[in-house]
Amino acid sequence: MEDNVVLTARQISMTFPGVKALDHVDFTLRKGEIHALMGENGAGKSTLIKCLTGINDFEEGEIHVDGISGPVKNHSTRDAQEVGISTVYQEVNLCPNLSVAENLFIGREPMTKLGTIDRRSYVSRAQTIMDELGVAVDVTRNLEYYSLAIQQMVAIARAVDMDCKVLILDEPTSSLDDEEVEKLFGVMRMLKSKGVGIIFVTHFLEQVYEVCDRITVLRNGQLVGEYPIVDLPRLKLVAAMMGKDFDDLQSIKTDDNASISDEIEISARGLGHTGTVKPFDLDIHKGEVVGVGGLLGSGRSELARAIYGADKANSGSLKVKGKDVKINQPIDAMNLGMGMLPDDRKAEGIIADLSIRENIMLALQSKNGMFKLMTRAQQNELADKYIELLSIKTPSRETLVKQLSGGNQQKVILARWLATDPDFLILDEPTRGIDVGTKTEIQKLVLELAKEGKSIMFISSEIAEMLRTCSRMIIMRDGEKVDEIKDDLTEENVMKSIAGGDKK
Amino acid sequence: MKDKKLISKIKKSQLLLPVVAMLLVMAVNIIHDAATGAGAFSFFKITLQQTTGNGTILYGRIIDILNRGSEAALLALGMTLVVSASAGTDISVGSVMSLCASYCCMLLAGYGVSSVNELAKPLWLGIIAGILLGCLCGAFNGFLVARLNIQPMVATLILYSAARAIGLLVCNDLIVYVRNDSFGFFGSFLGPIPTPIIITAICIAILSLILKKTALGMYIQSVGINARASRIAGLNSKRIIHLAYIVCGLFAGIAGVVASSRITSADSNNIGLYLEMDAILAVALGGNSLGGGKFNLAGSIIGAYTIQAITTTLYALGVSTNQAPVFKAIIVIIIVAIQAPPVKAYMRKKSLSKTAKGVA
Repeated sequence: MEDNVVLTARQISMTFPGVKALDHVDFTLRKGEIHALMGENGAGKSTLIKCLTGINDFEEGEIHVDGISGPVKNHSTRDAQEVGISTVYQEVNLCPNLSVAENLFIGREPMTKLGTIDRRSYVSRAQTIMDELGVAVDVTRNLEYYSLAIQQMVAIARAVDMDCKVLILDEPTSSLDDEEVEKLFGVMRMLKSKGVGIIFVTHFLEQVYEVCDRITVLRNGQLVGEYPIVDLPRLKLVAAMMGKDFDDLQSIKTDDNASISDEIEISARGLGHTGTVKPFDLDIHKGEVVGVGGLLGSGRSELARAIYGADKANSGSLKVKGKDVKINQPIDAMNLGMGMLPDDRKAEGIIADLSIRENIMLALQSKNGMFKLMTRAQQNELADKYIELLSIKTPSRETLVKQLSGGNQQKVILARWLATDPDFLILDEPTRGIDVGTKTEIQKLVLELAKEGKSIMFISSEIAEMLRTCSRMIIMRDGEKVDEIKDDLTEENVMKSIAGGDKK
Repeated sequence: MKDKKLISKIKKSQLLLPVVAMLLVMAVNIIHDAATGAGAFSFFKITLQQTTGNGTILYGRIIDILNRGSEAALLALGMTLVVSASAGTDISVGSVMSLCASYCCMLLAGYGVSSVNELAKPLWLGIIAGILLGCLCGAFNGFLVARLNIQPMVATLILYSAARAIGLLVCNDLIVYVRNDSFGFFGSFLGPIPTPIIITAICIAILSLILKKTALGMYIQSVGINARASRIAGLNSKRIIHLAYIVCGLFAGIAGVVASSRITSADSNNIGLYLEMDAILAVALGGNSLGGGKFNLAGSIIGAYTIQAITTTLYALGVSTNQAPVFKAIIVIIIVAIQAPPVKAYMRKKSLSKTAKGVA
């Protein structure tokens, strides 16, 4: 092994039923390097990481870790941690009903001489760790009290604290806002200077160029290549990931506002939900794509949830197509022609143990009612239609949705709502954690739907993405609708508005 | 080629292990019968016997198992839905059975009367009232679980401990005897076939039909797997969980009526005793996860009859009533262990390496 190499994987192969997930892949990580692992959904990034951390049992190949003679074969994440490989996943895998401090030390609690847990040093050590990361939390509070972003930071803190040689970050930033991302990068750079090798999996190209030294690209389970960051400019990277020259994202938006009619689809007056979103007024026209911007936790999801009845609004009034309506729960909204793709795919989107077919038909079926079960032929037809339309990559329509990659799961949820033929569709972070190619597809789809006269509410952390699709943007700050931007819709204006600054 | 496909389909099926367990129990019987010289297949032998009256009835161990297992099978139907929808068990069903039986008998005999030969109220009224009371108990459990978010075990613990006592209260602390043939019918025979078998078969058929023809099954599974996501997709998760408990109570009510009809009395202290455990076990034996989500009704039904078959077999082997639970426990451990994920994974690995060797 070379001197400065901390981890090498050679010729790793792994097969899932019907799919060759990894085909003789090589990967090398050096000390003090941030190494981006890039590829589209289903390229094999997650599989490779799971091979490194002992979750997947790979069939061929060898893994070597610095300081350990002979090949390393991990059988559990615990094995992996013992050889110095720690991981933070896209979805936080901690215990929400334990305190932050307890989560930091699960399985390796500081002990007193008597062999009992040392509560005092426990809390103070935990507080020091979180303070060092610059995350302001009360470590004695339960984890569930904090936002997803903070929970993620706790997960990272836990991994970092376990003296690791290799830190794997699997989509750590997809639920963080810009400020938190910067904080994370700070931590990553600090660890890098200490000689830790970091594997960074992300879909945000900007972030790769901000912190990474090297990029390894996978495609369809095969290694495309390993490149120093300077040798692989953005367009080349995208081309390497997709295996074709990239059609420029900027070009998807055609003529502005052509589809927007004067008819008002949704009209909210003083609508609000105590504690999450302050009363707001909002009109959405037929055929319009409205963006909702704001920092994480600014109330942008909650605004949508109040309209849809996911959190029942407790003030104000709502009109749909000019008629006063009362929405108590999601099914009421659905019967008025609404649909909502929620931001937390795992918790509120997929029904993991049901098949793709059942996941797609679910919303339409519940709209039709329990007693009007679609025939099997209708179900199959519906599933096949959307699998083809959205090019969902799956061996069959009966595959369980949990076996799909994140992007394909998202497409299944999207299919669920398209199947109900909604007039007003709320998309909350529809492109989170999915690859560039699919992102573009979804953005194009949004514009097509608008052209068909559907109204769309598009919520995203990525301003650039909203600028490409929306004709108007609403800005949220601290649970309040603070701005609407229509004419001067530029990144700079949106940023300014989100940041606020001059508070009255 | 076609055979291979069929075999692999059977291998993958969730029903494989429950069926194997059932076959195992049968095998024990066959061996025992052969060894004792009773004829290897006397287990399966069904004969027609003359009754003391002038009728003929079916007689045999299989019939006995189907007959005696009726109550557990009925409870297992409801339990399957409850487990799937709420990831919890309804431990009150045995007690609710007893309460329903008491209420039904009290109505038929009249309050405070300990024994009657003539019915005080029309038969149908007593039966329907008993079953409806079961639904009401289910609705109460469902309310606690679905609307008040109380853990199913705790919520149903209330009626588990209270229902029998309420039953005694209803009967004025008496064991009420309804010595009337029209009431006894539900626990005796329709022609040559035991009525409980017919009642259970009808219940199974109706529930299967509902699950096949409506989206209820999918709704329950969906809610059981992810209640929040189901709600966003337009399902009323609370209502569906509530409904599952009501259905569970309904079957407990039916089982209660059958059980009291068998003994033409309402014995609050003994009807349905420990039967909730058999029902839960039946669901588990059927390969259903007690963690909720996907369910398989056929598995639970086979599970219920397997438990009864074990009991009947033990008696046939001459094990005394007092020691039977020990042997039952041993058998159950084995059946549950072979269905445990680590054991399954081990067996799969072994069979894989075997096929790999075969190719080499």
